[in-house]
Amino acid sequence: MSKRLIDLQHITKSYDKQMVLDDLNLYIRENEFLTLLGPSGCGKTTTLRIIGGFEMPDAGNVIFDGKDITGLAPNERQVNTVFQKYALFPHMSIAENIAFGLKIRKKSKSYINDKIKYALKLVNLDGFEKRSVDSLSGGQQQRIAIARAIVNEPKVLLLDEPLGALDLKLRQDMQYELIRLKNELGITFIYVTHDQEEALTMSDTIVVMNQGYIQQIGTPEDIYNEPTNAFVADFIGESNIIDGTMLEDRLVEVLGVKFPCVDEGFGKNRPVDVVIRPEDVELVAPEQGVMEGDVTSLIFKGVHWEIDVMANGYEWMVQTTQMHPVGAHVGIRVAPFNIQIMNKPESSDERAVEIDA
Amino acid sequence: MRNLKRQLLAGPYLIWMVGFVLLPVGMILYYALTTTSGQFTTFNITSITASVHLKALFLSLKLALACTLICLGLSYPLAMILNNMNGKRHGLIVFIFILPMWMNFMLRILAWKMLLSNNGVINTVLGYFGLPGLDVLNTPSAVVFCMVYDFLPFMILPIYNAMSRIEKDVIEAAKDLGAGSLTVFFKVILPLTMSGVVSGIIMVFVPALTSFAISDLLGGGKVLLIGNVIEQAFMQEYNWNLGSGLSLVLMVFVIVSMALMNSHGEEGGAGIC
Amino acid sequence: MLKKSAERAYLFLVFLFLYLPIIVLIVLSFNASKSKVQWGGFTLGWYQQLFSSSSMMEAFGTTILVSLLSALIATLLGTLAALGIDAMKKRGQAVMMGATNIPLLNADIVTGISMMLLFVRFTRLGLNTVIIAHITFNIPYVILNVLPKLKQSNRTTYEAALDLGATPFYAFYKIIWPQIRPGVFSGFLMAMTMSLDDFSVTYFTKGAGINTLSTMIYTEMRKGIRPEMYALSTILFLIALVLLLFMNFGPSARRGEKGGFK
Repeated sequence: MSKRLIDLQHITKSYDKQMVLDDLNLYIRENEFLTLLGPSGCGKTTTLRIIGGFEMPDAGNVIFDGKDITGLAPNERQVNTVFQKYALFPHMSIAENIAFGLKIRKKSKSYINDKIKYALKLVNLDGFEKRSVDSLSGGQQQRIAIARAIVNEPKVLLLDEPLGALDLKLRQDMQYELIRLKNELGITFIYVTHDQEEALTMSDTIVVMNQGYIQQIGTPEDIYNEPTNAFVADFIGESNIIDGTMLEDRLVEVLGVKFPCVDEGFGKNRPVDVVIRPEDVELVAPEQGVMEGDVTSLIFKGVHWEIDVMANGYEWMVQTTQMHPVGAHVGIRVAPFNIQIMNKPESSDERAVEIDA
Repeated sequence: MRNLKRQLLAGPYLIWMVGFVLLPVGMILYYALTTTSGQFTTFNITSITASVHLKALFLSLKLALACTLICLGLSYPLAMILNNMNGKRHGLIVFIFILPMWMNFMLRILAWKMLLSNNGVINTVLGYFGLPGLDVLNTPSAVVFCMVYDFLPFMILPIYNAMSRIEKDVIEAAKDLGAGSLTVFFKVILPLTMSGVVSGIIMVFVPALTSFAISDLLGGGKVLLIGNVIEQAFMQEYNWNLGSGLSLVLMVFVIVSMALMNSHGEEGGAGIC
Repeated sequence: MLKKSAERAYLFLVFLFLYLPIIVLIVLSFNASKSKVQWGGFTLGWYQQLFSSSSMMEAFGTTILVSLLSALIATLLGTLAALGIDAMKKRGQAVMMGATNIPLLNADIVTGISMMLLFVRFTRLGLNTVIIAHITFNIPYVILNVLPKLKQSNRTTYEAALDLGATPFYAFYKIIWPQIRPGVFSGFLMAMTMSLDDFSVTYFTKGAGINTLSTMIYTEMRKGIRPEMYALSTILFLIALVLLLFMNFGPSARRGEKGGFK
């Protein structure tokens, strides 16, 4: 793997005695698409602003390419930011906006003109040089904000919920655009979002954060398939999270029924969180399941049906391609490798708070 | 159509405007272009070139310009400092700086007349330290001083408002792109507050140019501004035709200076309204 | 933090410039000596003289009457006008707003003189003429406060109300009025402030024997400064203080946008 470009060491930050980041340690590799994911107030934007130089950590260091840049002002850093609300300069034309950073670096006129042309082409807005900021739609403004940042050839591009203000269709288009851009430019992207789908689609690495702590770092597949705790499981996709007891290695009791599983090393009779993805719950004939229940709701979602089943006092979320009408009596079965066992969180800090995705 | 019915709500206002705004301006035009006996003349207007009137006009322009520049110089840093302050007491501090403008205009003049007079507070304090007293009362300096005091809020308000409308993001974006604080100021803050500066200049320059009460009370009859000439033509000489003629000239000056300022301000955003 | 202390010092100097005159006025209003610089002991005598002066009290009453009445009528006419202008097409709006800007941009002295010429021609100068003149320069402030609220308000909500069976009047009262109310209120306050502070227009349009505080002080000041005026200044300053405190930090200031930096 490529080398570490940014190293955040023991970063601590609080506002008005409210702890936002507590001893955060994180490194970012060269050419990585890294996403900071979490609910609002989890500290992801603060982390980004510390990298950008807009906030000073109370303690800890920011190492960039081997140098300590903790005390450097934003204009002295080799990173550029794409702001959530675009932050284009309203009194300048599109070309002037894009040229802003280049003029400060005293680049030649022809260099600047070439760069503007190149950047506009890159974001699919050729010929927009003379336009004013107000004449652009939200999506176009966002592209210009990206163009304005990348002409400076930063080693790292920071993106603070850049798609947050766009509508769904545009957001999906822009996700692919960003991936393409990242591949063409070959630089590091650090992306902040609270949208798990966005994170899963685009990232090489996802950092799930909650209440100032990193919950899990991993590839999208890792995060989705192997969440390390109930917060991550709940925040990434939908899950059935049920209280259970680990009876012994490879056997867990859930809702009064013993399920074989693949996890080991939890000890005997230990309370745990049992996480089962809705698409991993199989609905079968009553006598074939390990427990029986009744369908309470049925929603058609296109590729699959979303079905709620009341069984042993728990409402199971199930996604399946087979239809079961409301009121149907069904059996439930889960394959052992689809059952995730997690330790109960030790402090309430790690507990899922409000999830505003 | 309902729309038409709703438009009619503006009817009373329209009638009022015609009766009490347009018609009166027409009256000025009429008086300005006639003699006392109702004959057509341009004398009332051309009499602005009489040396007394011309001198008054130039003095007015000079004092108004001085007052505007001083107000601008005082207000811009003030607005910046106020805008950069955050925290709980921010609202209170802003409040403190707008409170004095709510004091009656005439009483603010009174305060300065009292402070500046030869046996007033300022001279007494100066004398206490063995410094020579200021003999500014009844001079143009006193008039400018008081104008600044009276019109300063009109400069602070629009500049502060323009400044507080600048998104924090935009400033951060400029820094992010490599701008130092000077560049941020000249390339981003100043252009984005230009509309406020322009309306501030208009809101200070116009009343300063046309004021007559301040010069009357603090100039001791020695500072004759164009406003005083017009006021005297109406209230002392009862020469309404001459007064109207000079008013018309003043109106043109006001309109021209506003048009000039607004055309400059256009680049920086909206005009005054 | 040299910059911080420089900023503090600057704020303090401007603060001094703004408040020194007012503080001196307030101190002198309690000074038994007529001198401007010597303290002759504490007295409330100037306040007594002020309240027993019938001309001062009359001017005070006239000021309140003129500003309240003119602000009220201007608010009514201005709000109606704003509703009408809002319904007009672009060109009609431009013409109306152009006309609205005339009294705003015109010099006070010209506004005053032009109306005086009209009044003298068709009627006599008196209290009525002052009120009419004040209404005239007040209306634009109301329109400029109400119109933006109307533009912000969502047209479809009004139509939705009609769709749900409301009469136009009921829909206006229930839907549009709550949205423009803050604008109407601030327009009224602004009109009243302008009216209270006006000197030039009143000076030219008032009849003999009619005085507002502004014109009264002007006439008095030409003769010389009397200590009762210090007392008057103190009282007016306190009234302004209380009113502004109420507007900025009172119950109504919480709603709507932050703070009235008016």
